[in-house]
Amino acid sequence: MFTALMTNTWLAASAVAVVAGVTGFFAVGRGSSFAAHALPNGAFAGAAGATLVGASTLLGVGVFSVAGALAIGALGRRGRHDVATALTVVVMLAAGSLFITLKTAYAPEVYALLFGQLFGVSSAAVTVTLILGGVSLIALALLYRPLLWSSAVPDVAATRSMRPAVTETAFLVVMALVTTMAVPVVGALLIFSLLVSPAAAARCLTDRPGVAVGLGTVFAVAIVWVAIAVSFVTALPVGFLVGSGGALLYAALYAATRLAGRAGASRRHYRRG
Amino acid sequence: MSPDGAVPILAMESVSVTLGGRRVLEAVDLRIGHGELTGLIGSNGAGKTTLLRVVLGLLAPDAGRILVGGQPVGHRRGLVGYVPQKISLDPDMPIRAMDIVGLGLDGHRFGLPPLGRSRRGAARRSRVEEALASVGAERLADARIGRLSGGEQQRVMMAQALVSRPALLLLDEPLANLDISSISEVVAVLARVCREQGVAVLISAHDMNPLLPVMDRIAYMADGRLASGPTGEVVRTDVLSGLYRHPVEVLRVGGRILVAGADAESHCP
Repeated sequence: MFTALMTNTWLAASAVAVVAGVTGFFAVGRGSSFAAHALPNGAFAGAAGATLVGASTLLGVGVFSVAGALAIGALGRRGRHDVATALTVVVMLAAGSLFITLKTAYAPEVYALLFGQLFGVSSAAVTVTLILGGVSLIALALLYRPLLWSSAVPDVAATRSMRPAVTETAFLVVMALVTTMAVPVVGALLIFSLLVSPAAAARCLTDRPGVAVGLGTVFAVAIVWVAIAVSFVTALPVGFLVGSGGALLYAALYAATRLAGRAGASRRHYRRG
Repeated sequence: MSPDGAVPILAMESVSVTLGGRRVLEAVDLRIGHGELTGLIGSNGAGKTTLLRVVLGLLAPDAGRILVGGQPVGHRRGLVGYVPQKISLDPDMPIRAMDIVGLGLDGHRFGLPPLGRSRRGAARRSRVEEALASVGAERLADARIGRLSGGEQQRVMMAQALVSRPALLLLDEPLANLDISSISEVVAVLARVCREQGVAVLISAHDMNPLLPVMDRIAYMADGRLASGPTGEVVRTDVLSGLYRHPVEVLRVGGRILVAGADAESHCP
């Protein structure tokens, strides 16, 4: 379970979990969960296109996810955000199905991009993942306050901070980077689960944004580690374990905080009176 | 120049705005002096929100000039504070009142906020607490904002607008959807903030009556046109009939002012 090849798996998966935990705070806070679903799935089409023309998978995923982010940002400026996201992912998946049909040979590596192929990550892939992850974290640290402000009170942030469309597009491009670092090593399903459930679970436990970012990251890493260990022993797929584990964690915390009493929980925070 | 010779904090000169083929603001002139409390009164659709959006730089006028503190709008410098009409906050978003107010201070800056233990963090924290205290919301500092009542959220939003020490505070319909006792509380808070911090306050409302005791001047809007001045000089049958371009009657009943014949919105209390 801790051989040299497995070390790559642990490293890549942990890096993805940390970055997804931090990014997920904003994805959930801004109501961008649908985009967090759309970009990794659309990026799969980029990988299919790349195998067709003989380019690297990473390049295909990167080009498609950044193009998707820019398209959602541009379309969302004029119309409803969910419609813009849906149109973008539909076009990308349509292109993906065309690419797969054109490439007559069976391409198992493309299917691995959907559900993940965690065991057998190369050292080169780990390096790329770590670099892209670092860039994503730096970008999020720089954008932290404008993103938080426009997530919490968009009307006021629009009058004092960056233009809302610029903030949104910047965030989507960061999500595209996260997609690019994650899809080649963990697959689309896994990164989508890690962007949503740990951050959603953290929201149940704290009222402080900084603590929520930290808790979401801890949850993401814990889910991934448990999933890899269980998968190694039981041979159940990692994607299944991460997806269901995250959803179970959210459901358990949500139920627990509801049971702990809404009235008591919200009153507790008043300092005086 | 205003009568006392000083540069007004807000000067609008024949500002016009057309949206979707409809004239929403028609040659609007408005001057607000430093530290004045002005009521922006008019029925729904009279153009109040559009006027506020123009002053905030969110909407460019087709014609006319707007100066805030003697400078063209568009410089997002924290000179203008804003409390929007619909405060829709996600109850599940983990963010406290003090975080929201802190963003009013430095939310436009890049990078992480200063740590609470550092000197800059402590200074930030005391500015935030001061702003919350100025609207009587210090006890809400640690509460998750999305779980507060509408009136409490509004106070926190006022603190967020005031924390950057603006010279002009804009509030869009802050009295709508409040019960009568909350209305008088909010009016009292705004009058105190205006007096103690010397900030000019522009409050939009469809009913002028709750603001009568505290207003220095009124800016009355009808169909995109605006008349401003001391309440007694503007809220008169002849002036308002000219503004509406049809006869209306100003009635004073038991200390309240009613504008009869305007439309369904503006004469009901």
